[in-house]
Amino acid sequence: MQFLNGITLLLVYQLVGEITVRLLGLPIPGPVLGMVMLFVTLMIRGKAPESVDQASTALLSHLSLLFVPAGVGMMAHFGRIADEWVPITLALLLSTVITMVATALIMQVTTRWFAKPLPEKEGGDE
Amino acid sequence: MNEPGLKDIWVYLSASPLLGLTITLVAYGLAYRLYLKTNSNPLANPVVTSVAMLIILLLATGTSYSDYFEGGQFVHFLLGPATVALAVPLYQQFSRLRQLWLPVTISLFCGVVIAAGSSIGLARLLGGSTEIQMSLAPKSATAPVAMGISEKIGGLPSLTAVLVVITGITGAVLGTKLFEWIRVRDDTAKGIAMGVAAHGIGTARAFQVSSQMGAFSGLAMALSAFATALLVPWLVDLLEAWIPA
Repeated sequence: MQFLNGITLLLVYQLVGEITVRLLGLPIPGPVLGMVMLFVTLMIRGKAPESVDQASTALLSHLSLLFVPAGVGMMAHFGRIADEWVPITLALLLSTVITMVATALIMQVTTRWFAKPLPEKEGGDE
Repeated sequence: MNEPGLKDIWVYLSASPLLGLTITLVAYGLAYRLYLKTNSNPLANPVVTSVAMLIILLLATGTSYSDYFEGGQFVHFLLGPATVALAVPLYQQFSRLRQLWLPVTISLFCGVVIAAGSSIGLARLLGGSTEIQMSLAPKSATAPVAMGISEKIGGLPSLTAVLVVITGITGAVLGTKLFEWIRVRDDTAKGIAMGVAAHGIGTARAFQVSSQMGAFSGLAMALSAFATALLVPWLVDLLEAWIPA
């Protein structure tokens, strides 16, 4: 029952997200708005209910499975991919490597810049 | 006709979602077992092997993708609630996130802009059509988000879905080696980079390295989904103005 309640809640948030995005003509996808709304709700409530926690753990622990049908979609695009395989493969590969390296380095450097003075200041905060 | 059965059964099965759904789960189950057998070698990523198995099977039986998707859509659909579910790890990591909010914000902003900008730029440089450039632009965001953006900026959503999966696999396979080379050892930095560049497939890989790397990757995936949705359409306009295609 817990799991069912959790998945229902996730679907309700997605549905409200989809409707809001369409009503207001927002430039973000419905599930993303649903995620933000759920996050805000959790912040206000101060804890994640067991049901939501269970459902989200179940969905997220098999996240790669959910990408499989989209990946099989490659077969419907063989023609286009074959036509432009050089820009597609090179741009995809290089851009992914560049993004990963740049983001990791930026995160490492900025963490050192901004996190150093934190331990002292944090003391009074907590 | 002594055995009308076999053909009738095939006609029934190929028109019903049952077959597509079942083979998706069976293929993934096999792929996952293979992955564990190879000691979680990133090259045996379960998404790669299950997609390969399914494509070979569909081609061998002459089944079209749209027939397969009758069943596959039930799995695909769960990407929506899974995106909403990201709010939970985001919430659970919030105290860590609050400490690191400035580095995370800067890294995310840069990462999302670099991901979209470099894919558009490289594809254009290499002579890719506008459609391909726009289909590539949101490739680092998680599938439902990337497909939505692709549609808005003039790409092909279904092609974007494929590119998203290949991007995720690339990130998951290369990630740990790359981080070794550039000597980034901090799990928070590795996680953020993985989530920004390789969304859910990267996050699945990150969870195998450590739970902290996984949590930060999940966090980065969730935040960058949001940032990509906001930034990429704007970035595309900006690029159009600077470098007319």
